[in-house]
Amino acid sequence: MPFAFRRFSWLLMAALVPVVPVAGQDTIKVGEVASLTGKDADFGQSSHKGTLLAIEEINASGGLLGRKLVLLTEDNQCKQGESATAARKLISRDKVVALLGEVASSRSLEMAPIAQASAVPMISPSSTNPRVTAIGDYIFRVCFIDPFQGTVMAKFARDTLKLHRVAVLTSVSSAYSVGLAKYFKEGFVKGGGEIVLQQKYSEGDKDFKAQLTVIRAAGVDGIFVPGYYTEAALICLQARELGLDAPIFGGDGWEGTPLIEIGGKAVEGTYYSTHYSPDNAAPVVQDFVRKFRARFEGETPDAMAALGYDSAMVLAEAIKRTGTTEGPKVRDAIAATRDYPGVTGVTTIDAERNASKAAAIFTVADGKFKFVESIAP
Amino acid sequence: MPEFFQQTLNGLSLGAIYALIALGYTMVYGVLRFINFAHSDIFMVGAYLGYYLARLVPAASVWGGLAVMAGAMAGCALLGILIERLAYRPLRRGPTLNVLITAIGVSLLLEYSGQIGFGAEPRTFPVLFPERDVRIGSLVISSSQLVVIAVAVVLLLALQFIVHRTRIGTAMRAVALNPQAARLVGINNDVVISFTFGLGSALAAAGGILYATNYPSIDPLMGVMPGLKAFTAAVLGGIGNIPGAALGGLILGLVETFVAGSPWSTYKDAIAFGVLIVILLFRPAGLLGKFRIEKV
Amino acid sequence: MPKPHLALLAALAAAGIIARFSGLIDPYYLDVLTIVGINIILAVSLNLVNGYTGQFSLGHAGFMSVGAYLSAAASLFLGPTLLGSHPSAIMEGLFFLGALLAGGAAAAAAGLIVGIPSLRLRGDYLAIVTLAFGEIIRVVFQNIDALGGALGLNGIPPYTSIFWVLAFAALTVFVVTCLVNSTYGRGFLAVRDDEIAAAAVGLNPTRYKIVAFVVGAFFAGIAGGLYGHFRLTITPGGFDFTKSIEIVVMVILGGMGNTPGVILAAILLTLLPEFLRPVAEYRMIIYSLLLIILMIIRPQGLFKLRPGGRADKGG
Repeated sequence: MPFAFRRFSWLLMAALVPVVPVAGQDTIKVGEVASLTGKDADFGQSSHKGTLLAIEEINASGGLLGRKLVLLTEDNQCKQGESATAARKLISRDKVVALLGEVASSRSLEMAPIAQASAVPMISPSSTNPRVTAIGDYIFRVCFIDPFQGTVMAKFARDTLKLHRVAVLTSVSSAYSVGLAKYFKEGFVKGGGEIVLQQKYSEGDKDFKAQLTVIRAAGVDGIFVPGYYTEAALICLQARELGLDAPIFGGDGWEGTPLIEIGGKAVEGTYYSTHYSPDNAAPVVQDFVRKFRARFEGETPDAMAALGYDSAMVLAEAIKRTGTTEGPKVRDAIAATRDYPGVTGVTTIDAERNASKAAAIFTVADGKFKFVESIAP
Repeated sequence: MPEFFQQTLNGLSLGAIYALIALGYTMVYGVLRFINFAHSDIFMVGAYLGYYLARLVPAASVWGGLAVMAGAMAGCALLGILIERLAYRPLRRGPTLNVLITAIGVSLLLEYSGQIGFGAEPRTFPVLFPERDVRIGSLVISSSQLVVIAVAVVLLLALQFIVHRTRIGTAMRAVALNPQAARLVGINNDVVISFTFGLGSALAAAGGILYATNYPSIDPLMGVMPGLKAFTAAVLGGIGNIPGAALGGLILGLVETFVAGSPWSTYKDAIAFGVLIVILLFRPAGLLGKFRIEKV
Repeated sequence: MPKPHLALLAALAAAGIIARFSGLIDPYYLDVLTIVGINIILAVSLNLVNGYTGQFSLGHAGFMSVGAYLSAAASLFLGPTLLGSHPSAIMEGLFFLGALLAGGAAAAAAGLIVGIPSLRLRGDYLAIVTLAFGEIIRVVFQNIDALGGALGLNGIPPYTSIFWVLAFAALTVFVVTCLVNSTYGRGFLAVRDDEIAAAAVGLNPTRYKIVAFVVGAFFAGIAGGLYGHFRLTITPGGFDFTKSIEIVVMVILGGMGNTPGVILAAILLTLLPEFLRPVAEYRMIIYSLLLIILMIIRPQGLFKLRPGGRADKGG
């Protein structure tokens, strides 16, 4: 045996000692595949915190079906392929009754076939690509999908903002951004508008002056930015710097306190659609914000946290309704979710296993998020 | 036409940042013949150091900004020297590929520790230098862009001065040329190498602070893309060649900017890399690099 | 029968047996084993380029993605028409083999294109060019809507089984080992050790470098095809330079030009993150620390099973 092998045998042996899972009968095990490290870690960690809060809350009030809920979380490092291995481990080794995850559509697409084949219900908190739930009848989501949101923003741009000529600035490396842009463009053109210019950027870019300079020269009424809050904030900053005053708007990726922190005055008067805002005065939202802040050292929850929370709650509510943890029954119960009062809106799971709920348009005024209007499906 | 000037300015500013990071890559390569993968993460640490140090100085003041930059540069210089001492020096005798793995390890370590330690959520970088925009017609020159270009030029000149006019600089060039011979003439290679790492890391920190000043959002993985681009710039200019790194950075920044502003913006990264490949096909040692003729 | 051929037959038989009883293996372990097999193919094929021929390639994941996309596209777009609605297992198997080979061939063509600029470039310049090519391939795939764009392809038919993976892993090892140990194959080592001397004795370094790239890329393409039909979804971003670097780490850790070592390194580096799961968030920190410590205490590669590694050219 090579010498080095001996050095590692301790490691191999330590790992082969089986990790004995918590005894079965008095707990319900729920698996979560999360992006805790890696490039989308800020979204994954946020979503995970929301889910954790929900699980702890349920346990604090007596558990589910009289049993304690145990959340088993596996990190996928935002790497391709890892979510599938994690899902398989959770299902076959840890014997979870349901899976929560993933935040990104591409990673949900890895997990879904495995969940479907093993008849384990899966709820994604925030994957918005339509293909995810099309994998099978065990796959659900609690967020709305790209086609809906793109159409909502197109409608808002035409009817409320009265825009005719719009530029679209998309992140070419993000499936979410590309998907949202596609449906916005379709909806906007159908409503009689014109997409004057389409510029792209890619993951990791912080400088958009080049694209914005060209957009400035084209003379547009507005700019649609279907990206995430960091880029959106920087885009607004740089646009205003260049003297580009046209309204800038986007989708739910904008939601997050860093938008105002980074964007400052530049994001005042911008718009975005979302299903949640911490400044929403509704009691269910404020309750959630208060509990989250208490649990996580004063941190304000963002949309990802709210969706993580709702995904766990919807699952728990379905299990409670059907009184058992058997896969097929839980699946049917989730599919029958009607008007659940979630933090991210009144949620009904529709025939395609997507969440049917209204989108709320928000703007930024005086350094806070302000509700503008609601657009129902 | 005014768009052309605006884009040129944008490109120069972006290029200046790439140049600053590229300088560090090229210096270490020149002296040690290896690509320090962890360089881009020292860039990130510099930005975070700036974030924390900024609390000690008043906002938006020139002196405050310079002090923070100096502090971050010093901190990262120490970090660079520490990493060299602990992780790279034990492997100096062996094949350079092994140090490469260690460098990858250090890079991953810094990134993931950053995600745990600093948190993965992006933070807003405070305003260090006073912000003022100059408008000439439709051309907008932001003060941060000017600061970046100015500081990059100053640091580049300072570097050239150090390398060509000081004793330690001469020692660096000697070690780069022939480490054995350098030892024979009494140069302490260890000291020179530590100094090189420290200097390169300080430049990375400066790059990090300037980058964060221009794009005020920092996160533990912020160095990955700029690092890759800067590495490309260093090779483009001829790796090991200091003016080459600056030139490579500028070219890359300009190419990227003009492509981003064109209908081909979606292929921006591919075109930037494509330009690199084309240039290397015609000049296999980079623009300013010397093609070493190997004598048998 | 020569030893390597016997070994190959034995390995294929073993693969068949494991596949036969795969139902008894826990799905999670089977999953990890499949990934181990794919990583072995990737590492051994890269070893031919980096280890045996001394060409520092940082773009291997790019070849993997070409193979993955082409074979997945074949299965998704050609499959239904060629196979009809109820294909027999044999038909499916043959089709899958064809798709894999097509993916491998496409990757080999890409290897040819990438290999040609390598003629003039040395060492680190070659590294950056291969990395650049890998990134260009990624950006191109991101922009082809027919291939799914940034979301990539999904719903790929699950043709990969443990048999295919282990069989191809054995085949890759066989081909690379036989290639390098042949009389012709000594040329690879010669080019690595001293290109000028090799040219001086009449070898054509150009040809060896290109052959290394093409063969290496071919098997990377096969690995990509196997991966695509296993995970059932592929995205351009999953084949970026961080993936290339992962494979490079396996080759260097295994000892450049040391096929058994590289195989063991591939196995270890695939299993290690799984063992570290209990420590969740600290997993990557421990992994990176281990990398650093391993290189410091054992710089000649983990598994020096037999001489024949790179000639140490001194400091």
